[in-house]
Parts: sequence; C-alpha cells; structure tokens
Amino acid sequence: MALDSQARPSPSEIAVVGRALGVVSAALGVPLVARPADVADAIGVGRKPRARLAAQIVGGRELAAAAALLVRPSAPFVWARVAGDAMDLTLLGRALAGHGRRHRNRTVAATAAAAAITAVDVVAALRASRSGSATELTASTTIRKPPQEVYERWRAFSNLPEFMAHLERVDVLDERRSHWVASAPFGSAEWDATITEDVPGERIAWRSDQGATVPNEGVVRFVDAPGGRGTEVHVQMRYSLPAGGAGKLVARYFGEEPHQQLDDDLRRFKQVVEIGEVVRSDGAPGGKRARKEFPQRPAQPLSTDEYTEVTW
Amino acid sequence: MKATTWVQPTIVTVQDVPDPKILNRRDAIVKITSTAICGSDLHLLDGYVPTMQTGDVMGHEFMGEVVEVGADIGPDKLEVGDRVVVPFPIACGVCTPCVQGMTSACENSNPNAGAAEKLFGHPLCGMFGYSHLTGGFAGGQAEYARVPFADFGPLKIESDLTDEQVLFLTDILPTGYMAADFCDIEDGDVVAVWGAGPVGQFAMDSARVLGAGKVIAIDKEPYRLQMAEQAGYTTVNFDEVDVRSVLLELTGGRGPDKCIDAVGMEGSHGSPHIYYYDRIKQLARSETDRPYALRQAILSCRNGGIVSVVGVYGGMIDKFPSGSWINRGLTLRASQTPVHKYLRPLLERIERKELDPTRIITHTLPLDQAPHGYHIFKHKLENCEKVVLKP
Repeated sequence: MALDSQARPSPSEIAVVGRALGVVSAALGVPLVARPADVADAIGVGRKPRARLAAQIVGGRELAAAAALLVRPSAPFVWARVAGDAMDLTLLGRALAGHGRRHRNRTVAATAAAAAITAVDVVAALRASRSGSATELTASTTIRKPPQEVYERWRAFSNLPEFMAHLERVDVLDERRSHWVASAPFGSAEWDATITEDVPGERIAWRSDQGATVPNEGVVRFVDAPGGRGTEVHVQMRYSLPAGGAGKLVARYFGEEPHQQLDDDLRRFKQVVEIGEVVRSDGAPGGKRARKEFPQRPAQPLSTDEYTEVTW
Repeated sequence: MKATTWVQPTIVTVQDVPDPKILNRRDAIVKITSTAICGSDLHLLDGYVPTMQTGDVMGHEFMGEVVEVGADIGPDKLEVGDRVVVPFPIACGVCTPCVQGMTSACENSNPNAGAAEKLFGHPLCGMFGYSHLTGGFAGGQAEYARVPFADFGPLKIESDLTDEQVLFLTDILPTGYMAADFCDIEDGDVVAVWGAGPVGQFAMDSARVLGAGKVIAIDKEPYRLQMAEQAGYTTVNFDEVDVRSVLLELTGGRGPDKCIDAVGMEGSHGSPHIYYYDRIKQLARSETDRPYALRQAILSCRNGGIVSVVGVYGGMIDKFPSGSWINRGLTLRASQTPVHKYLRPLLERIERKELDPTRIITHTLPLDQAPHGYHIFKHKLENCEKVVLKP
C-alpha cells in the first residue's frame, strides 16, 4: 500500500540492527569478563583492583545486553545499550580527569571509540522507537451493495462524520483536497488532506498535508465480494499522535481503543449504506456518540430532556 | 408508563419510566395488550447474562396495537391501529443474514455489536429487553414499547384470534418448532425432549405435527410432566429413574433418534454431587453454564442421531462429551430463533388448530404483579408453567 515506508523501520530492520548490536555487546563483554586486568591496561587505566572490578562489571552488563538483544531484538533493549554507553562515558571521563601522563592517549582513544558506539546506539534506538509513536489500523466489513455505490458513499467525504465517531466535520476544498476536523482526548485536531489515489469503485488513498497535528494516511479498498455478497470494504490507516507512545497511553486511559473505534465506525458505515441511518437503542441512544460502550444508560425509554439532547 | 425493570440479581420491580419515543425512521410505538415472562428472562433475573444494568426494562414476548410510526414506514407496511405480534430478535431485513432468513444473526440491529463480538467471536443481533450485549433495547413487559424496523419484523394479526393464541409467536412457539425442525424428523422417529417447560412443551407439539412416532418428555416437576402426559407424550422423571436406561428401554436399546435440549444453562441434575460440582464452578465463574441436559442428550442419542439445542447457553461449559459426539456421528444443531421465518407457517397451523399454544398458560396476572410472576415461575410454585401479563 501507499503508506509512507520511510518514516518507520520495518520489524525486520529492528531485528537485524538489534542483533548486530547484540554481537558488538558480546565482542566487548567476553574479554572484559575473561581478562579484565588486560583490558583495563589496554585502555590505559592500569591494573589496579578497582579498575579490574569496573571492567568486570561493565563486561557483565555487556553480556546481559548481548543476550537480551540476540534473543529479542527490540527498541527497549537498544535503549538499555544507550544507558550503558552513558555509564561507560562517565567512567572514562572520570579516568581522564584523574589521569597521569602515562598511557593517557590510550584512554583518549577508548573514550573516542565509546563516543562513536554511543552515537550508533542512539541513532538505532531512535529509529527503532519511531514505530512506537505511529498507530497502524486495519478493519474490514462487507456491505450488501455494489462496489461503485459503496465507493461513492465513502468518497462523499462530508458525509463521513455521520458514522465516524471522532470526525466532527469534513470540508471538501476541491477535487483532491479537503479539510478535516476531529475531536481528540484533549480538544480537537484539524488538518488538510490530499487524495493520493482515486480509482472509482476500487480505492481511495489519502495523506494529510505538512503540518498536521495528527499526521495520518491510509487507503480504503472496495472489493467485489464473492458470490454476490456485495462489497468488501478494507481500511488501512496510520496516524501519529502528537506525544507518541505517551499520547497513546493517555488516550487509552480515556477509554479510546483505536481498533475498536475503527471497527465500530465501519459497522455504522454499513448501517448507513444498508439501512440509511445509524441504529439507536435506549441504552445507546446517541448513535455514533455512544462513544464509551459501558456502562451505558439503562435500557429504558428516554426522558424528554435526554430525547432532545440525542436527536437531530 | 409502567414497566418491569431489573434491579439487581434476583430482583425485578415494576416502576414508572418515561414513555418510549421514535428514535429511528423505521420505528413504531406499540401499546402492549399482552406480554409474557420467558424462561430466558430467568437467566437475566439471576444475573447469569452479563451486562444487565439497574433500570433495564425486561421482556421480549409482547404484542399490541401500533400507536405511532416513524417517517420511513409506509402505510402499505404498517399503520396506526394495526394489531401486531413482535418477534424478539430485532432485524433490519436487508443485510445478508436477514435476506437469507437468519434474522437472529442480523448484522445491523445491535448498536453494541463490538461488545458482543468480544464474548462470542462475532456479534449478535439486537433483542428486546435482553441485556446490553444485545443492544440495550428496552423490553416489552411494560405498557408501551419502541419497535425498530417495524416495517419488517411485526406480524399483523388480521383475524379474530385471541392474544393468548398468537402471543407466543413472539418467541417460544417458533423456538420449540425450530427445535423439532432441526431434527429432520422421519417416519417413526422417537424424539426425546429435555425440559417440560413452555419451550419444551412446544417442541413436543411440533415434533408431533412434524411426524414423530413417539415423543418423550424428561423433567422432574410432576405438574410439568403431567401437562406433557395430558398432551399425549411419554414422561420420564429424572429424579426417580436413570434416564439413559429408561430411554434405552423405551427405544428397544437404540436410544432416541432425535434429542432436544430445552433446558439450557441453569439445569438441575438428579445426583447432588454432580449438581454441586457444576453449581460451584458456576459460582466461582469458572464456567457460566450447567450443561446437564446437553451432556445427557448427547450420551443418550442413538448413533448418527441429531441433538438439537434451544436451551440458552451463555458462555463456557465444562465436561462436554466430545468423544461421544464425534465418534458416534451425532449432529449438533443450535440457534437463537430466527422467529421471522416461522411466523406465517405457524400462524397458519394455529388457524388450522394443529397447534394450541394456549394449553401452557397457567397464570394471567396484571403487569403490577410481574415480580410475583417471576417468583412463582422461577421457583415452580403454584404449578406455574407460563405467566401472561396484562398491562
């Protein structure tokens, strides 16, 4: 699909880079643990028991990091390496500060090497974590109408807020561009979007323009379902919340489960196309506004005030 | 208006609530003339069905007179003044399952489909007064009810049949009939029915009209067995005899050709140790259903027979006799009843007097006395078989 593949590393990239860093950790850790005094001497901090102990601790840490990264290469373990790097640089900095002239150049070289490794780790960790801030969703439903008709109902963007819980308004600006207003856990978000692909009766792909608070993109495919079962609607979309992973946690705390919401949006789209409106019950009288599913209001008729509030 | 509402497990009350209003364009409001308490209402009463809330209006068996219709209902379909029987599953009539006749699997009628999907893998249709998993629709043990998709669901009664003759078309008559329909009854078939409650009695009547050679009723309440006996069926009291041996005796060692479970999740068992095994598991929430009748039906059925399940099960069961089921080639069939497809054929059978649904009514009470009706029905007091409420 047309989703921007550069912004985020694939899971296999995390695996490859993570394992490579695991091998580096092992290569450093083994000599540090096996021959701590020799390594300490080689980097110019001498063979004293304190240097030896420090080398052994650092070596043990490297072996643990190696094991973690080789078994489960993932962003948190790469970040753990960055933390280890900070510790190494601190130790080497202290060594440099209290250093005599003897073998000082060896320590400088070791510090430079550690700094280089740190830089590699930071880049790798940042890349691996970028996957943590984007949310990718897929959902599908089957609607008992021909693909062209279902496509047309979706393509009339200004009607989407009727069934999409978060959308407040969509203004169509021209053939390809539109302005979107959605509610978010804190206030609302607005952005312009551009259609990147539009094949009538088959697919619509879009991407938000530069500067969107919630950058998003996606594609909706309309596929003839087998045996006259109507149209399969497949939605794939991705968006980044402003505060990344933290934003997702906050949203979930407020009861926003994105997969569930997209499923429910599609269910309501099916209702709108098949029966002409969103179905309401006494427990969930607000139609798409029945955001939080439970607890609902009791399944008993609405008072006049409640009725005025939920209806057109 | 007055309505029967759920308060907490084991307690219902009759209280004043607002009158129902049109919420969707294909709604109608029905002034209820007769309504009934269903065996499945007892599962709601006792709190075995999740997502009940205080204040939920109960009841899914009701009929009455149309007093208001929504904007999209044409006069050719339904008009104010029409007398209607309302099927318990709420169905849109246009989605694929509805078009195929499986209205109880309607894909559009449940606003809480997402929640039902988590429990059952796929969503359920909307139902009246039957927890929030089936949509949170107010039920019909009340003076009025809102009926969605009223141009598709309700059956107009244009003859002079009494309420009592047609009321059970809403649920239990089609449910009992479906149980027998699942059995593909052939000439001479012996059909054993677990549970001689209202659905069980109708399953027996339906097995008879569909050509069963012998119908056997299994229960422990003498008055329920007596009701079955009066209708001409052979009875087995599981509190007094070993069911499997009696069934073998009654079938020349073959076992019943077709077995119907009209009991469901709150069954009883003749042996206390087995009863308490499942009862305790149920209380500990390590199973939701006590499947005695289902286990016994599977073990009793002849090789290659059919086990038809219309008793309500809600979640998970233990000790399911899978070996008996697969090795002996049994067919297991079950469903929430797609009432709509049975309405007209069963109305015709009632008109031709092949079926008399009124034979099970033991109590007719004013709506105010609904809590008393629940009490005697649940505890099988006053020989209670079926309670009809009059708002």
